[in-house]
Amino acid sequence: MSFHPNDVARRARMSSMALAIGFVLLVGAFFKTQVVQYKQFVMQSEENRLRPIPLPAPRGIIYDRHGEVIAENLPAYSVSITAPSVDSLRSALAQLAPTLQLGQSDINNAIRRYRRAPTRPTVVLADASIDIVSVLEEHRLDFPRLIIQSVPKRYYPDGPSVASFVGYTGEITESDLNDPKYASYKPGQQIGKAGLEKQYEAILHGKEGVRFDEVDARGRPVRGEGPRPDLNPEGAPPLYTNIDLDLQKFTVELFADSLQGGAVAIDPNTGEVLALYSAPSWDPNKFTGGIPVEYYKQLLEDKRRPLVNKAIQGTYPPGSTFKLATSIIALQNGVVGVKEHMPVPCSGGYQFGNRYFRCWEKKGHGSLDLEGAIKHSCDVYFYQLGLKIGLAKFIAGGITLSMRDRSGIDLPEESQARWPYAVDYYNKKYGPRGWSNAETLNLAIGQGANSQTVVNMAKLYSAFATKGQAPRPEIAHLVPQRKQVFNLTSVQDSVVLEGLKAVLEAGGTAGASAIQGLTLAGKTGTAQNTGGDDHGWFVGFAPADKPKIVVAVLLEFGLHGSRAAHIASAIIGHYLKVGPIKATMDEG
Amino acid sequence: MMSRPIVSDVRLLAAAGLLSLFGVAMVYSAGQTDTPTAVATVYKSQILWLVIGMGFAYAIGHSSVRFIEWMTTPLYLFSIFLLGLTLVVGKGAGTAASTKSWLAIGSHRIGQPSEIAKVTVVLMLAKVLANQRETPKSLLDLWKPALVVGVPWLIIMLQPDLGTGIVFIGIFFAMLYWAGVAWPLLILIASPAISLILSFSVGLWGAWFFILLALVLWYRPYLIEGIVLMVLNVATGVIAPMMWEKLAPYQQNRLKVFIDPSADPRASGYHVIQSKVAIGSGGFFGKGFTEGTQKRLAFLPEQHTDFIFSVVGEELGFLGVTIALTLFLWLFLRITKIAERANDSFSSLVAFGLMSSWFVHVLVNVGMTLNLMPITGIPLPFFSYGGSFMLASWLAVGILMRISGEGRGSGLSLRR
Repeated sequence: MSFHPNDVARRARMSSMALAIGFVLLVGAFFKTQVVQYKQFVMQSEENRLRPIPLPAPRGIIYDRHGEVIAENLPAYSVSITAPSVDSLRSALAQLAPTLQLGQSDINNAIRRYRRAPTRPTVVLADASIDIVSVLEEHRLDFPRLIIQSVPKRYYPDGPSVASFVGYTGEITESDLNDPKYASYKPGQQIGKAGLEKQYEAILHGKEGVRFDEVDARGRPVRGEGPRPDLNPEGAPPLYTNIDLDLQKFTVELFADSLQGGAVAIDPNTGEVLALYSAPSWDPNKFTGGIPVEYYKQLLEDKRRPLVNKAIQGTYPPGSTFKLATSIIALQNGVVGVKEHMPVPCSGGYQFGNRYFRCWEKKGHGSLDLEGAIKHSCDVYFYQLGLKIGLAKFIAGGITLSMRDRSGIDLPEESQARWPYAVDYYNKKYGPRGWSNAETLNLAIGQGANSQTVVNMAKLYSAFATKGQAPRPEIAHLVPQRKQVFNLTSVQDSVVLEGLKAVLEAGGTAGASAIQGLTLAGKTGTAQNTGGDDHGWFVGFAPADKPKIVVAVLLEFGLHGSRAAHIASAIIGHYLKVGPIKATMDEG
Repeated sequence: MMSRPIVSDVRLLAAAGLLSLFGVAMVYSAGQTDTPTAVATVYKSQILWLVIGMGFAYAIGHSSVRFIEWMTTPLYLFSIFLLGLTLVVGKGAGTAASTKSWLAIGSHRIGQPSEIAKVTVVLMLAKVLANQRETPKSLLDLWKPALVVGVPWLIIMLQPDLGTGIVFIGIFFAMLYWAGVAWPLLILIASPAISLILSFSVGLWGAWFFILLALVLWYRPYLIEGIVLMVLNVATGVIAPMMWEKLAPYQQNRLKVFIDPSADPRASGYHVIQSKVAIGSGGFFGKGFTEGTQKRLAFLPEQHTDFIFSVVGEELGFLGVTIALTLFLWLFLRITKIAERANDSFSSLVAFGLMSSWFVHVLVNVGMTLNLMPITGIPLPFFSYGGSFMLASWLAVGILMRISGEGRGSGLSLRR
């Protein structure tokens, strides 16, 4: 053995060196981990222990013009689960299924939500009943990853009465999530699906908050102070609308259960929508947190098609209500004088080529001037007026009156009105020789290639009521927009107005709907319906000299406009707070 | 004879004592979890074991090296007997529940004989090496030392306990080096194992083979030895894949996870990832004593035994880690000095052997918490909770005290 002190000293030196190297290497490794990579590991450690629980923000409350609540939030309970993997979520759901009364589709939905955002608690029940919640609370320890939260739930105190414009809320869908517009949204969140809720989603949504739960390695929440302060949800600001809830409910009552159709009331001076209703309606409260299959099926199978909004989606030939537009186009083009009579007096019909076009009044109206023609809605007069304008100018005039546009109301579902873009429309549709000037006659009395939404007709009559200033109908007050769609001389204007006023006087087409002590101006109309009974229109405004309200009413299968006129005048009467309307109905 | 001082080596005692107090504090902290477990009270028994260990150390410190040397053979044989017994009645524990490293009566675990064997093997190896007149120059000369380590090593590998096996190999090489065995010979001895490790890559193994060939031609061992060595290297390089198949699944997993911890983040890799997160998130000053969140919330596994150093890193930060490692370095340098100044070759070898045993423990255990070493379940001396190891460590401290006391430059001999 070589244990000479020199050898041993050399080995001791080498060993000490090896020890020092080992020490430096280890300390270096710790320096790298604890000082250089500190931030990365702190983040991982926080991620480990903190479980962020989203706190849904209450949606903005929707008020009517007088501060009455249209949409608010009620407390509800949501049940969600955090899971480290799909398999663990699956087994947890299988365990919970009997207690939560989960169906296969609920489970599939939960798994879909999880796949989309695995780090968020997966919503299992968006609106759990108090029974389920109390059972779960009892077994809380068995399901440490279960989160029972009090969440705001949308509620519409007047349910079906406001559904036509307020829409509803529901869980964001897979396709919505792929939409860049909803880039910041997470699965399981509630969004506006229709109506104002959808239109003003960005405003109504609010800002989700976060609560941080400290959890142990098994995902069990740990008692004690919050490890990090909550980020409180920011409730959305309220949305003030122009709706007059009282008038809205009154309108709903007028339709009762038997009538079907749409009604829109607008303040012509501002475009503010006072009431908008489509009958029959549906209950948006039932849609919140998932549409029940049974209810949805029932709505779909209803022949009256409650899911089609008849005020903004349904389009109908405007019929005689359009004759005013024909008059305006004629006056604008200077083809008729205010006292001018047409060459052929009305004898109950008009011979055009080899076709005989009837007037609705078989007895005939005789020879009328423009005012008389408007009052009596004489078809023969307007056939000839249309021919005088000529098809090309007529179509152009209609386009100027926004007959091809959406009214621009702040609802996402509005349909576009139908009106030819040019004479070429007929060439394209029927071939250059396949149609005759008879189309002009049809257009002149509001039939043919012309179908309008109720709201667009209300907009048109707002223009009539305000000397051509067509306002964009607005439910929520944002930026009013007006557009001058025609310019008449005061003489021309008064003739049109007098004609309209005369409609509701005795002898006019809606005489029975006149309101005592108030001058109404309006026009009835019949929309020819090839699939069944004709639809009845009335569009009008009051007071005639200084209009405060425009009402457009369409009754599906209402045969003629007098009944619609009756409803419209009731709405106007209620809004302007004048005496009760005459109860008699004249079907003439 | 001069009267013996109560403490023959203050620096040795200070280093070991400070490390033990540090360790007990960390075992206490390891028990402070949000969901209380059985670990909450183990620091009490750790203190008890420390006191018992110190008592033994005091007693041994007042015996003599000759007495220790005389006791070596019976102690060695007794520990071999206990190790053998584990194969018959052994129990597993913790992450290695399928192994047999614990001696137990019924379900009650008494202790791990391998911890005591670490000390007795050092003693026995020192005795055998010290009794050899010539420094071993060939592989054949090494048969006796190889036998001393080989027998307990085989039993331990049968338990199986990979970590302790590594410690024994570390002790073996370190003591041969201290005994003056030339380093080329040490490499030749180690070559089959290196071949085994490198066998996963044909290129690396091929390169190693040529280096080895050059070494053999340069060092010129006996012809037969040289041939046997090369054959062995080829054999291990080829049979390694078959050996791999023979490993227990948890051992395979641990080795796999060592190479890539993210491969299996929820199971085997979990330990290492959470340990690194704990240490890294400790930063420079740490989260505060007992305040480690990774530990509190049970993300850190085996926080009072194998991964106790992760608690140090998380709660006391880089500062605490550096202090702990510095204490170890101080202890090891002091023992090296003791080995250097020891009166006889037996004492010198014993001191160096005990030091190298601890060094391997520290290197492997601490390296493991940072994923620099595979997870082998090696405890950290003076820190990890465990009665046998605390007892064995303080037995070693006692032996070192005695050696130091009798060595040159100590109170018992003339200063240089």
